Amino acid sequence: MNHAAELPALFPAMPEIILAVGAMVLILMGAFRGNQSTGAVAGFAVMLLIAAGVVVAVMPSETSTTFGGSFVLDPFARFFKLLVLVGSAVAVVMSSEFLSTPDRARFEYPVLIVLSTTGMLMLISAGDLIALYLGLELMSLSLYVVAAIDRDRLKSTEAGLKYFVLGALSSGMLLYGASLVYGSTGTVTFAGIAQGAAAGGIGLTFGLVFLLAGLCFKISAVPFHMWTPDVYEGAPTPITAFFAAAPKVAAMAVFVRVATTAFPTVGVQWQQIVVFVSIASMTLGSFAAIGQTNIKRLMAYSSIGHMGFALIGLASGTVEGVQGVMIYMTIYVAMTLGTFACIIAMKREEGPVENIADLAGLARTKPGVAFLLAMLMFSLAGIPPLAGFFAKFYVFLAAVNAGLYALAVIGVVTSVVGAYYYLAIVKVMYFDEPAPAFVPMRGELGVVLAVTGLFVLLFFVWPAPLVDAASTAAKSLF
Amino acid sequence: MIPALFFYLFAGVCVASALMVVASRNPVHSVLFLILAFVNAAGLFILMGAEFLAMILVVVYVGAVAVLFLFVVMMLDVDFVQLRHGAMQYLPVGTLIGLVLLVELLLVTGAWVIGPGVQKTVALPIPTGVSNAQALGLVLYTRYVYFFQAAGLVLLVSMIGAIVLTLRHKPGVRRQVISDQLARRKEAIIELRNVRPGQGL
Repeated sequence: MNHAAELPALFPAMPEIILAVGAMVLILMGAFRGNQSTGAVAGFAVMLLIAAGVVVAVMPSETSTTFGGSFVLDPFARFFKLLVLVGSAVAVVMSSEFLSTPDRARFEYPVLIVLSTTGMLMLISAGDLIALYLGLELMSLSLYVVAAIDRDRLKSTEAGLKYFVLGALSSGMLLYGASLVYGSTGTVTFAGIAQGAAAGGIGLTFGLVFLLAGLCFKISAVPFHMWTPDVYEGAPTPITAFFAAAPKVAAMAVFVRVATTAFPTVGVQWQQIVVFVSIASMTLGSFAAIGQTNIKRLMAYSSIGHMGFALIGLASGTVEGVQGVMIYMTIYVAMTLGTFACIIAMKREEGPVENIADLAGLARTKPGVAFLLAMLMFSLAGIPPLAGFFAKFYVFLAAVNAGLYALAVIGVVTSVVGAYYYLAIVKVMYFDEPAPAFVPMRGELGVVLAVTGLFVLLFFVWPAPLVDAASTAAKSLF
Repeated sequence: MIPALFFYLFAGVCVASALMVVASRNPVHSVLFLILAFVNAAGLFILMGAEFLAMILVVVYVGAVAVLFLFVVMMLDVDFVQLRHGAMQYLPVGTLIGLVLLVELLLVTGAWVIGPGVQKTVALPIPTGVSNAQALGLVLYTRYVYFFQAAGLVLLVSMIGAIVLTLRHKPGVRRQVISDQLARRKEAIIELRNVRPGQGL
């Protein structure tokens, strides 16, 4: 038998190859030079992420597939890949203080972030269930390790263990779902599943439910959100910032891709699930955050709520809805990174603090930071004319146009409830008696805060580039 | 006739030993029953013509994983009877969940229809005339090179993770430094004494 195989086209996967090879070079560099090379490894890691981002940006915009259809590069993938790479690079930059603390300087940390980002890119480009699972595992395994990287602190190891056990459970559910889907359609490729799913069948529905349950865990949507507050609180703050941005984006991207490309013919079935998950997440995110005193836990509930809002777009199941999800995720990443830049900078002489009460009177001790943080909070609450308002506007619009009036109304109501705790933070900063001042903010955190703050403030001036890019990207899925 | 006989033999022993894994009181017996279940599952694979999977199952699961289990069970002094104490109070809930799952499974498999388009969408036809290992080898580095490399990366991450989270450099551990050993001179470490008879040192 002659099986002359030609080499699959590697060019579409170039960003992943750059990151994977680069991570292996960095791990060798760290292994030879030890933990004093942490700073250099982190610097190179940021450069790798930027290089991959540049490659993604210059790639041709038409859709191409490689590795026998397992890997898809389309405008949708490029949009989300850029977003993920920016999120990861900013997270590494914001970790520079953590990485320069002698007993915490571990060169594996930036390497694991690069490997995790590789997994996210693979996840975004997944064209079949096997690529999806491998990308998801590569991303998640690295995340479990970085959650526990501060291994001498009890909370960090608890966060890592909790994340690992629940993550393994969710991977199991996802695999079970994938096997049921494979069993009832005979293929693992999304295009093939879309064909085979047309016949329907109860096995396929069960598989779909389990598959979506596994993905809901990764975006921490209710009822698979239980890990989020504990992991966010326990993990070191720069790592929490990373968790809140890039992995959510990648998981949301694959959620949208699976729903729209693999199961377009059974849209009614996943739509019900997405609507339920969306309502539950928005409600829990709004109400459970009210009682929180720790700002990292508050951000965890806030991110649960935001995933619910983003899913509204997917629930509508239209091009417009997917476009809304993409705009939502972009603005969410900007708001989250900016807020976490402030949380990382919450540090007094005696050490970091993370209670909301510690922000008291920030407007008098640090007026600039307080102003930008207040803008970010208004934006998270969705108050016009800030970016967060437009994010919600596009998903609600898509839901209304798709006839999901109840969903849109519930979304508006919960975002009003959610506004309470965002505004409470602004009130603490502006009207409470000043607490002792924080130590000066590090330069890179200031830059991140300023850039994201200006982005949410001035987004309404020129929203066209983002909206157009999202529109082109969303069309490539349908 | 003969394959059917062997199928029921392997399947029956497999299910029975799987039951015994849970039911036996002695953890070492549990592991041994687990090995028996694996071996019978390998027999089922051979009946299906998947000899490579059968061998892998025996080599990896019986040879490595189960023996590792056995070591852990024998080395850790875990009182399994104590652990199982109170398991009975979860019996009602467990039975209920088991029943629900059973009904779900029956619903799923009872109405199971292989989709009409399945034959057309099969990723790879089953190759004829080659052994399993050869058939896998023909596609592993070509059609599935992406998955192969991705799985390799996942394993790399798990290795890094295990080292990051558990390796501790203890101070005061004496390690072998071969260059230091080779650089030692006789003069620096050996002292020659002329010991007189009857006096000692």
